[in-house]
Amino acid sequence: MKKRSFFEHIATAPYVFWASIFIIGPLLVVLYFAFTNQEGKFTFENILSLSSYSHTFIMSLGFALIATVICLLIGYPLAYCMSRMSERSRNILTVLLMLPMWISLLIRTYSLMALLDNGGLVSGFLTSIGFKKLTFIGTEGAVILGMIYDFLPYMVLPIFTSMNKLDVRYLEAAADLGCNNRKTLWRVILPLTMPGVISGVTMVFVPSISTFYISQKLGGGVFDLLGDTIERQFQNAVTYHTGAAISLVMMVLILLSLAIMNKFSDSGEDIIV
Amino acid sequence: MNKNVLIRLNGICKSFDGETILDHINLEIHNKEFITLLGPSGCGKTTTLRIIGGFETPDEGDVFFDGKRINDIPPYQRQVNTVFQRYALFPHLNVFDNIAFGLRIQKCPDAQIREKVKEMLALVNLRGFERRRVNTLSGGQQQRVAIARALVNQPKVLLLDEPLAALDLKLRKDMQNELKNIQHQTGITFIYVTHDQEEALSMSDTVVVMAHGKIQQIGTPTDIYNEPINAFVADFIGESNIVDGVMLADYRVKLAGHTFDCVDSGFEANEPVDVVIRPEDVDVVPVEKGMLSGLVTGVTFKGVHYEIIVDVKGFKWMIQTTDFVAEGETIGLSIDPDAFHIMKKSEFSGMFGDYSSFSDELEKLSDATEEIDEE
Amino acid sequence: MKFLSKFYIGLVFLILYAPILVVILFSFNKSGNLSYFSTFTLDWYIELFEDKEALNALKNSLILAITSSIIATIIGTLAAFGISRAKNRYYRQTLESVANIPMMNPDIVTGVSMMLLFVGVGAIVGAKSTLGFWTMLIAHTTFNLPYVILQVLPKFRQMDKNLTEAALDLGCTPMQTFFRVELPSIMPGIVSGLMMSFTLSLDDFVISHFVSSPDFKTLPLYIYTQTAHEVKFSMYALCTLMIIAIMLLLIAVNVAGSMGERRALKKARGH
Repeated sequence: MKKRSFFEHIATAPYVFWASIFIIGPLLVVLYFAFTNQEGKFTFENILSLSSYSHTFIMSLGFALIATVICLLIGYPLAYCMSRMSERSRNILTVLLMLPMWISLLIRTYSLMALLDNGGLVSGFLTSIGFKKLTFIGTEGAVILGMIYDFLPYMVLPIFTSMNKLDVRYLEAAADLGCNNRKTLWRVILPLTMPGVISGVTMVFVPSISTFYISQKLGGGVFDLLGDTIERQFQNAVTYHTGAAISLVMMVLILLSLAIMNKFSDSGEDIIV
Repeated sequence: MNKNVLIRLNGICKSFDGETILDHINLEIHNKEFITLLGPSGCGKTTTLRIIGGFETPDEGDVFFDGKRINDIPPYQRQVNTVFQRYALFPHLNVFDNIAFGLRIQKCPDAQIREKVKEMLALVNLRGFERRRVNTLSGGQQQRVAIARALVNQPKVLLLDEPLAALDLKLRKDMQNELKNIQHQTGITFIYVTHDQEEALSMSDTVVVMAHGKIQQIGTPTDIYNEPINAFVADFIGESNIVDGVMLADYRVKLAGHTFDCVDSGFEANEPVDVVIRPEDVDVVPVEKGMLSGLVTGVTFKGVHYEIIVDVKGFKWMIQTTDFVAEGETIGLSIDPDAFHIMKKSEFSGMFGDYSSFSDELEKLSDATEEIDEE
Repeated sequence: MKFLSKFYIGLVFLILYAPILVVILFSFNKSGNLSYFSTFTLDWYIELFEDKEALNALKNSLILAITSSIIATIIGTLAAFGISRAKNRYYRQTLESVANIPMMNPDIVTGVSMMLLFVGVGAIVGAKSTLGFWTMLIAHTTFNLPYVILQVLPKFRQMDKNLTEAALDLGCTPMQTFFRVELPSIMPGIVSGLMMSFTLSLDDFVISHFVSSPDFKTLPLYIYTQTAHEVKFSMYALCTLMIIAIMLLLIAVNVAGSMGERRALKKARGH
C-alpha cells in the first residue's frame, strides 16, 4: 500500500505547479501592480486615485444589480412554470434553454443589436405604426436589456435544476400539512431552491458587473462601465498600474457581494429551520 | 500446535484515531472450517476481517497464513478473496466479466476462463446470466455474482463481510442454506462476519463472539448457546435471564432467596456468580408447587408459545410457556438443576439479563440503528 | 393557470430567440439593410468563404481548443485523483478553493492578470512580445482546469471504495486497479470535462482578448474585430453557420444519448 500513497501524492503535483504559477501568480502580479508606481516603489496612490472613478463603480454596480434582479424576477417564475410541465416538454425546454448558452456572447449581443439598431427592425416597426423615431442604442435601458438578454439563461438553468431535483414528497407533505399552492411556494419550494437562486444570481451578477462588450455595442460608447475602463487601461494606456488597481477593487467588491449574499441566505435558512 | 491451523492471529491490536478497535486478538482458524465472527457494531469484527484480507495493517501483533507471517503482504498477493458487504461489483463490466476479472489478472487462457465462469454460475444458480449488466440484477443475484467472483479464484479462504445484511428476511434464509452448501461443496475455509446471532448459530462450525475489541468466547454454536462464558455472551446469544446468585457449595446455588440444586461445580464457597436461566427452561406451575413465585406483568403471544414477563422479588424474568397465563396472575416457577448455567462475575455483570424495561419494539429500534451504524 | 404558464414560457423563449432568428433571416437578405428584407441571397456566405482570415481563425480556434482541453483534462484528472485521496483536509480544501478562483473571478480579471504576468515575465526576459499561441494555450488550459476538476472529482468521490479493494482482493496491483477499475468508473466525468473544456475554449473571447496577439486570432477575436465599427452581413452569415453547427451538435449529443440509453434498456430486457 505504500507505493500507492506515493502515486497519490505526486498526482496533484502538475496541478499544484500549474495553479501556483498561472492562477496564484497572476493575482500576485495584479497586487504588485496595484500597489506600486512606475518606478516599482510601494504606493497607495493607484488605489486612492480611483476616487475619480467612483461614478463608474456606482454605475456598474447599479446596472449589474438591476439586471440581476430583473433576471431573477423573470427567471424564477419561468423555472417554476417549466418545472411543472410534462417530462418530455421539460427535456425540450432544457435544450432550448441551453442552446443560447452555447452561442457566443458576441453573436448574441450582436444579434440583439441588429434588432435594436437605430435603423433596425424594432424602431422601423414602431415608426411605421406612427411612433416618433426612437433610439435604443446608447440608452441605459439598452445596456441593461443586453445584460438581461445575454445572462437570463444562466439564471434560469440552476433554479430549474434545483426545482427538478425537488422531491415531490416534500410538496405532498406540505399540502398534507395544510399549505395551499401559494404557501407551498413560499414556505417549501423557495427555501429549498435557494441554492439554485444563489448560483443563478452569481452567474448573472459577476459577468454583468465586468462586461465591456455589451456596453460597447448596446451602450454606443456612451457608458463607461468598469469593464470598459479596465479594457481601455490595458489595451491603450501606457501603464498598467491604474488598471490593476481597478481590477483589484472590482475583485474585492465581487467577493464582498458574494459573501454578503451567502451570509444572507444562510441566516434565511436558519429562520426556516 | 496444530498442523490444521491455516490462519493464526497473534496479539493483534489496532486503533483508529486513538480509539482502540482491536485489543490483543488471538485466534486460530482451521482449514475447511466455517468460522463466524459475531458481535454488535463496533466490536472489531469487520476490522479483524480486513486485517486478514490485507486492507488494514495491525498496529501490533502478527498474522500468520500457513505458518508464514503475512503482515506486509498486500491484498493482491494473498490467497484470500472477499465478498464485500455491498457486493462491490464493477458497474462497467457485465456478469461474465466481473466473475472473470480475477482470472484475467492471473492471465488465464480464455477457454479456461469461459469454462470456470460457467462452472461458477452453475454453482450459484445463475446459468445464462453471463451478458447481463450488474446493475440490472436484484440484490440476491448481485450477491451470488459477488460470491462467484471471489470463489472462481479458488482462494484458500473466503472472507464474507455481512454478505446478507442488505437482503430481506426470506432471501436471507435461502442464501444461508446456499452458502452452507457452497462451503461444503468447495471445501474452502469461510470466515464470516455478522451481527445476527441466529445466522451465526445456524451456519457456523465455530463461532467467535466479540465485544469491545476483545474475543469473549470461541466455541461451537451449541457450546456458545449452552455454556456462555459471561453475561455479555449469554445476553447476545438468544434470550436469557441473568440473575445474581451465590455459589454456596458445589452443586448448590442460591438466588432470589431460594437455594437450588445445580450441576456446576468448581467455584469457591459463597462466591458471587451470574446465573443464566434460558426462558424456555422455566416451567410454570401452581404457586404452591413452585420453587419461586412471581406476578405476571406482561404477556405476548408468539405463535408457538407465550412470552411472559414475571416479576420475582423486583427482578423481571422472561419465561416462554405454552400454557396461557393472564396478566396480573401470580404463578409458581419450577426450574430443573441442569437449567442453571453458572458464570464467573465479569465486566459485563449487571448490564444484561433483566427484562424490566423490555419491549419488542425497543429491541427492533436498537437493531435498526445498529444496521445503520454498520453502513 | 396551465394556459398562463404556457403563455409565459412561450413569451420568454420567443424574446430569447427573436434576435437570433433575426440574424439568421437577415443573413439571407439581399438589401444589406436591417430595416427591411428584400430578396433571398447567399452573397454574404460567399463573401465569408472567400475571407481567408475567417477560415484561418476557425483553424486556430480548433487547434487551441483541442490542445488546451486535452492538457487540462490530463492535469485536472490527476489532480482530482490526488485531491480525492489526500489525507490532509487543509491541503484538500486549499487545492479546491484555488480551483474555484478562475471560476468565481470575472473573466476580465483573469484575462488582465494573466496578461500582466506574461508581459511582466517578457519584460524580465527581455522579449519584445510574449503574447501569442503559447500564452493563449496557457490561459485556456488554466481556465479549463477547474471545470475538469469539477466534473471528475465527484466521480472519484462517488466511486465505491469497495471497488478499489475488490480489485486489489482479486489480484490487481495498484497500477492495474487504476487502469482496470478506477479509470473506467470515472470515464463519464473525464469525457464531460473534456467536452466542456473544448466548448469553453472555442467560445472564450474575454480572456483571449487580453492574452492574444494579432498574429494568432481565434474565431471570437475575429468576430470582435469585424463587428467593431459597422454592421457586416458576412458576420451574420458566420453567426448563422455557428448557430446551426451548435444546434446539430446538441441534437446529435441528445440523440446519441437517448439511443444509447435505449440500447442499454433493450440489452437489459433481452435476457
